[in-house]
Amino acid sequence: MLAWTIYLSFAAALLEAVLPKGKNGLARWLALMVALAGLLLAVLGFVAGAQSHYAREVIVDAAWVPAMGIHYGLAADGISLVLVLLTGLAAVGGVLFSWNIEKRTNEFFAFYLALIGGVYGVFLSSDLFLLFVFYEIAIVPKYFLISIWGSTRREYGAMKLALYSFVGSAMVLIGLLASYARSGSHSTGLINLAHAGLPASFQMWCFPLVFVGFAILAGMWPFHTWAPTGHVAAPTAASMLLAGVVMKLGAYGCLRVAMTLYPRGMDPWGFSVIGLGSWRDVFALLAVIGIVYGALVALVQSDFKFVIGYSSVSHMGFVLLGLMTLNQIGVTGAVLQMFSHGVIAGLLFAIVGRIVYERTHTRELADLETMHLSKRLPFAAWAFVIAGMASMGLPGFSGFVAELQVLIGAWTAKPWWTAAAGIGIVVGVAYTWRALQKAFFSDSHPSIHVHEHGHELAPITWPEVAGVSLLTAATLFVGLYPKILLDAIEPAVKALLAGGVQ
Amino acid sequence: MNYAELFRVMLPETALEVAALLVLVVDLGFLRKSTLRVRTAVAAVLGVFGCGAAVFTLVFQIGVGLTYPGGGDQVLASGGSTAVAQVGILALTVLTLLLLIDSDFTRHVGEFVAVVLMAATGGIVIAAAQDLLVIFIGLELLSLGLYVLTAFAKKSAKSAEAAIKYYLFGGMSAAFLLFGFSYLYGLTGSTNLHQMMLGLYTTNAVHAAPLLYVSLVMIAAGLGFKVAAAPFHLWAPDTYEGAPAPGAAFIASVSKVASFALLISITAAAWHLFDGMHLRVAVRVGFHPQPEHVYLGFRVAWMELLMVLAGVSMVLGNLAALAQSSVRRLLAYSAVAHAGYILLGLAFFSYSTRSEQAVLYYVLTYGLTTVGAFGAVGVVERATGSDRMEAFLGLHKRNPLLAAVMLVLFLSLAGIPPLVGFWAKFNLFAAVLGVYPIGAGLGLVILAIAMSAVSLYYYLQVLKRVYVMPAADEAHIAIHPVVTAVLVVVAAAVVLLGCFPSLLQDWIAAFYPV
Repeated sequence: MLAWTIYLSFAAALLEAVLPKGKNGLARWLALMVALAGLLLAVLGFVAGAQSHYAREVIVDAAWVPAMGIHYGLAADGISLVLVLLTGLAAVGGVLFSWNIEKRTNEFFAFYLALIGGVYGVFLSSDLFLLFVFYEIAIVPKYFLISIWGSTRREYGAMKLALYSFVGSAMVLIGLLASYARSGSHSTGLINLAHAGLPASFQMWCFPLVFVGFAILAGMWPFHTWAPTGHVAAPTAASMLLAGVVMKLGAYGCLRVAMTLYPRGMDPWGFSVIGLGSWRDVFALLAVIGIVYGALVALVQSDFKFVIGYSSVSHMGFVLLGLMTLNQIGVTGAVLQMFSHGVIAGLLFAIVGRIVYERTHTRELADLETMHLSKRLPFAAWAFVIAGMASMGLPGFSGFVAELQVLIGAWTAKPWWTAAAGIGIVVGVAYTWRALQKAFFSDSHPSIHVHEHGHELAPITWPEVAGVSLLTAATLFVGLYPKILLDAIEPAVKALLAGGVQ
Repeated sequence: MNYAELFRVMLPETALEVAALLVLVVDLGFLRKSTLRVRTAVAAVLGVFGCGAAVFTLVFQIGVGLTYPGGGDQVLASGGSTAVAQVGILALTVLTLLLLIDSDFTRHVGEFVAVVLMAATGGIVIAAAQDLLVIFIGLELLSLGLYVLTAFAKKSAKSAEAAIKYYLFGGMSAAFLLFGFSYLYGLTGSTNLHQMMLGLYTTNAVHAAPLLYVSLVMIAAGLGFKVAAAPFHLWAPDTYEGAPAPGAAFIASVSKVASFALLISITAAAWHLFDGMHLRVAVRVGFHPQPEHVYLGFRVAWMELLMVLAGVSMVLGNLAALAQSSVRRLLAYSAVAHAGYILLGLAFFSYSTRSEQAVLYYVLTYGLTTVGAFGAVGVVERATGSDRMEAFLGLHKRNPLLAAVMLVLFLSLAGIPPLVGFWAKFNLFAAVLGVYPIGAGLGLVILAIAMSAVSLYYYLQVLKRVYVMPAADEAHIAIHPVVTAVLVVVAAAVVLLGCFPSLLQDWIAAFYPV
């Protein structure tokens, strides 16, 4: 059943591509229906998974290239189910917030749905070759979405994003080919490769290669620079997807491929350089730097969207840190953080890119200060307050549960990781507060400016209300009742860790 | 191999030659008063029938079991990799001829089609040749045809310039090749590939090792020219740019397939020397009285040469392509890069037929993609009068179908799944690593993958013009229905074979005896 999320998206992408020009309404509704159908399938899959206690379920397993032992294999465990659910949410949100796209509408949704289809595919693949195919399918639509419908320096941002992604995937491809050749198991199934008994010396160089390959897309410092420029250049829906699900592709690959196939790669080297004794230490350090650096840079941005862009780098740092704790609670927290950040970042980008920017035509905090948006766009202001609180990690929102688990896991592993990441949280409060205050609640200027800007801002439309409600409800629901996702994530993480990742 | 057998093996070539003569007779004899459109259509259709007849005889012969795997007593082989390459050459020739239907660069269409068919004959001869002399004759037949095709656009100065450059380079590299062959003959006393490989392990040859290396370098230069491997690629950008579009498509696809088929024959002859008993070689080297004088033999020297050519081609082709502003030149440098990847597959050759099949898969699908790409470029060129990047601005508005075809073909060249270019690369690199999973094999595969990451940039530069940047001129571009059909078929095949790689892989494997 979950496999239909992939097929539906690709079929709809093809259909959108051949839609006659000028049928913008039709294109939108088709995209919304397909995205909703995907979400519905994801929810149904999740419910069905709950009944079988989230055991790993094989969806499809057919020989694809028999001569090479490559299978078309789809399977879902708790982690996949949660991320498929996230993709469904982000897809619906993205369509709702691109309701106002008038330029080449059908092509926009064609690329959009192709991207979504690729993302569903990555989360469901049980064969490394297939996973890689879907992973690369997701690259090209991103380029066109940004370069055609984007804003600030869009061609630069799009090309940078495409090349970073492609370099990352080239590293993964090297790992894939080398493992396939080395294992001699004549299969690219993830489970078969994990059980192929790859020698430790091989894992020692393949692990960092593949991990970094995926982590580039997860926004790991210092390979994160595509993220802020890409996010800023992208149209709203694309930045929602980039931050919401595409960065999760990277983190998911780190967990599902790099850490599962090459667990010995995280073993100690046997010597230490400036306190770093293994690849695990190295990547944890980079994750912590990402958390603090992203937060500090977000603090001084003058462009509203850059603030959110750098906050994504910071929040994704928590995911990578959680992965590197290698203990149950930390990795569980990392997966939950993927979901949580996907929803919250989507919400933030929607508010900044669609609700505010499309009306004020500026994202400069200094300009926004003069506009009294809290009075003129109360809906946006309050939506941002809620999203900002979620982003800061206040209790009651999903981010709180996720980051708390990551920090506990990190404390168990190495206390100083937690201490350093804690700085990131404090700065996180500060930059969110600053953006909130400057953009919406500034009263430092007399109210004449309202008249100076003259025209009334366009009223809030129903897709915007629906999108904000959907995403806010998701983060609140998970924040108040995290058990619903944790029940799914925990057994899967346990199985992964038991499978050698320890 | 007696004359009856030889004639039987040569049936496809005969069919092509008959068709070539028929085209000339019909065009010059019966259609003198007809319009150019009619003459073009008749010539192309006759040519297609000729190719069809050749494929038919080929497949029929294999069907009834008349195959000659290469051996010491043969001049021409048939079946196996030879048959795959020959069918590929003929199929690509058909596509080229169909692309011709829409063109108007010459009034002498009969001659053009006849030359195409004769060059294709040269191509299927070298794909089958097992003898140095036959190889040389086939190569010259192919090359002379290509020089003529390049020069065919008489009104274009670029065409003439490209042809003379191509001819001079070609003549020189043919001289190198022949010189290398003469040394090989002198060392071994045989012109048959298999006997020659054996002869290289006689005392005579072992004592003249430097001569062998000199001759191999000469041969690598000569064949490197044919496949446009750096540093023997200098003709490629000019020729690709100057030749009329169908001619360029032919040079970029058919001639590539044929030349790589030849390289496969040579390499396979060396590798299957002692079929299954390759350890013997090491023993023989050990027999040598002076251990400090290590005799590399054909294989090691050949492998090292191919490795160097592969590495240089990948790096130079991809980096030079970054700087191009003409799409045809860009395709030429991308051809250099692709030649590099394929040479990698030949350098790390497997004792099983795995590498052979992977290389054939790559070169056939690459040829297919390139024919499509040149077809698309040709259409744009006719509409805008230029093949510069700017000519492609806003193509998605001017002809959405053409834009979609270009999207598919260029992404396939870049190696993006699920298109066939990705699978071909994966298959080829997996074959390389299957032979040599560490050290130089792994290092060169890493280089190749890194370079193909670079290649995405320049392919996207073209696609950016097609899809992203605003159009300078929004007039609709019309395409001839036959050309449309060819382009759609090629693009559909690229997608289909990418999604179901087994189709072509099983088809290739079916030619090999179990």
